[in-house]
Amino acid sequence: MDLANFLIQLLNSLQYGLLLFMLAAGLTLIFGIMGVVNLAHGSFYMIGAYLAWFFTAQLGSLVLAIVVGTVLAVALGWLLEWLLFRHFYKRDHLDQVLLTFGLVYIFEETRSILWGDDVHAVQVPELVNWSIPLTENLSYPVYRLVVAGVCIALAVGLYLLISKTRLGMKIRAGAFNREMTEALGINIRLIYGVVFALGVGLAAIAGMIAAPLASVYPGMGSSVLIMCFVVVVIGGIGSVRGALVAALLVGLVDTFGKVLVPQIAGMAVYMLMALVLLYKPEGLFKQ
Amino acid sequence: MTTRRLVLTRSAAVIGAASAGLLLPQIVRAQSDKLRVGLMLPYTGTFAQLGKAIENGFMMALNEQGGKLGGREIEFFKVDDEANPAKAIENANRLVQRDKVDVLVGTVHSGVQMGIHKVARESGVLNIIPNAGVHMATRAQCAPNVYRASFSNSQPTLALGKPMMDRGHKKAVWITWNYAAGDEAFEGFEKSYTAAGGTIIKKLGLPFPNVEFQALLTEIAALNPDAVACFWAGGGAAKFLRDYAASGLNKNIQLYGSGFLTEGVLQAAGPAAEGVLTTLHYSDSLDTPRNKKFRRDYVNAFKSQPDVYAVQGYDSGLLLLKGANAAQGDLSNKKALYGAMDSAVIDSPRGQWSMSPSHNPIQDMYLRQVENNENKVIGIAGKAVADSGAGCRMA
Repeated sequence: MDLANFLIQLLNSLQYGLLLFMLAAGLTLIFGIMGVVNLAHGSFYMIGAYLAWFFTAQLGSLVLAIVVGTVLAVALGWLLEWLLFRHFYKRDHLDQVLLTFGLVYIFEETRSILWGDDVHAVQVPELVNWSIPLTENLSYPVYRLVVAGVCIALAVGLYLLISKTRLGMKIRAGAFNREMTEALGINIRLIYGVVFALGVGLAAIAGMIAAPLASVYPGMGSSVLIMCFVVVVIGGIGSVRGALVAALLVGLVDTFGKVLVPQIAGMAVYMLMALVLLYKPEGLFKQ
Repeated sequence: MTTRRLVLTRSAAVIGAASAGLLLPQIVRAQSDKLRVGLMLPYTGTFAQLGKAIENGFMMALNEQGGKLGGREIEFFKVDDEANPAKAIENANRLVQRDKVDVLVGTVHSGVQMGIHKVARESGVLNIIPNAGVHMATRAQCAPNVYRASFSNSQPTLALGKPMMDRGHKKAVWITWNYAAGDEAFEGFEKSYTAAGGTIIKKLGLPFPNVEFQALLTEIAALNPDAVACFWAGGGAAKFLRDYAASGLNKNIQLYGSGFLTEGVLQAAGPAAEGVLTTLHYSDSLDTPRNKKFRRDYVNAFKSQPDVYAVQGYDSGLLLLKGANAAQGDLSNKKALYGAMDSAVIDSPRGQWSMSPSHNPIQDMYLRQVENNENKVIGIAGKAVADSGAGCRMA
């Protein structure tokens, strides 16, 4: 592999990893702060993608569709938290698994009823619908760079929110000790609702910006969900920083695995996870 | 009467009545005279569109000939296999054991097909395959009661090698998922491409159902072949077409594929698919009177455009009609039934095809090029292409 090829593969890993991070960040937040196992997280990714497709067709612009879709997704997240999830914080993980597993089926069927089972495409916005020539044969789509950029921006935003704002402080306090935080007069129910809606919103946005790249099709949520959980487990449950590092690692292993050792490429990421857990059973970064 | 006699006679009466009850279904069946057709297809999930198209085509074929099989009325039994191999045997048994169907038409997914195949071989029920291309069904595990009306996984790619060499593409890279259908498609490509003098410089594979192509597209660029040949289907195919175009590879490196690369995904792929060359046993744009009539009738009946799956379902119906009519509705007359189906020549919208000794269609493969979101037939890539049937003890 020559240098140019290596650098391009590095770029591929980075872009894939960043998108994974966006999904995993939402999952790790919900898991870490509320202790809820959310198997339906992949479905929010799918809902985001379908919303992007639907509203782009209606409104003619992907950006507008993302704005509208985000609002709807966050509202859906808020509603689900208020209706279902808040009753499950103190319940057994198995109960949560059963609930969210059922939700996956409900979302899939609803999607099938509303929008059918076909494969759909979302057009890349014209402004960024071109490719930068890297070598004689290969060009890099600018839209992928845009996606990576958006993920980085959201990652920075998330970091600032959690570390530098009062809201972030309350979230961290609530995760650390719920009862004490409540005793100090902070409305922890509201905080939890916000965090859940944030997690769902992140997953939906990931689906929306990935839609032009990934196509929109039934079952797209399940395929990303597994990878998402792997990232969360490797990074450490509840640690957003861990999710970032783990996502980039998974991106690297997956990309270079496919090229260098294709026979075991399917297993490579899971082998990474097993290796990490051997030495650091709680993941790379503790909460 | 004494107590003992009373008990004995009453027991005898009860047992007699119960036995008559057991006989009842048979009596009812013989009198009802309806032929039981079981449809095991994916009615939900990713393949739901294919399941619906196959059923539509099948029903259309039957209705065109009066809605009867060998003069008998038909009773339909349907099972949704959800394209789930784990439930395949259970679902197939539901039709064969519980509903006691006379013929089982199914299915789409090759993994599910293996389950149906097991049940078909054990029970001897007639099984017509309207899609699943898994080799085993008409090779090592062929059976006198199993017929395929679609294709085998290596047939489209068997016709791919020569067109590539004709266009001067002497070095190619092959890429697909690492699973049975991908391996079987490669078999056809390898055979035909190397026979025509081509060199396969690398065989790339992705774990199924991974669709992150970027890494391998970069690899293809580095290898710089004359052409890329591939097998993808469904959502993966749409994504590959778009990623291939977005990476600029389509400018210098011609893309070829087994026809499923461009079936049902041209809407989703858009302009990215322009110029892609594929081989398949059918094309929507096939300009023959037979195909035009079929498409007109299908649109009138179902208000949507037919595709290769609808044609395969239609041909499954035609095949069953041939057999059932020859046996005059008595499917237990295996000699007449199998005899007619073995020697069947089907006047299909895809062109005429006949049954190979291992029960797979011998059919022409068309070379298609994507033009304006349509698979335009630009020639015949292979005439009377047959699956090898290797290992089939019937052949």
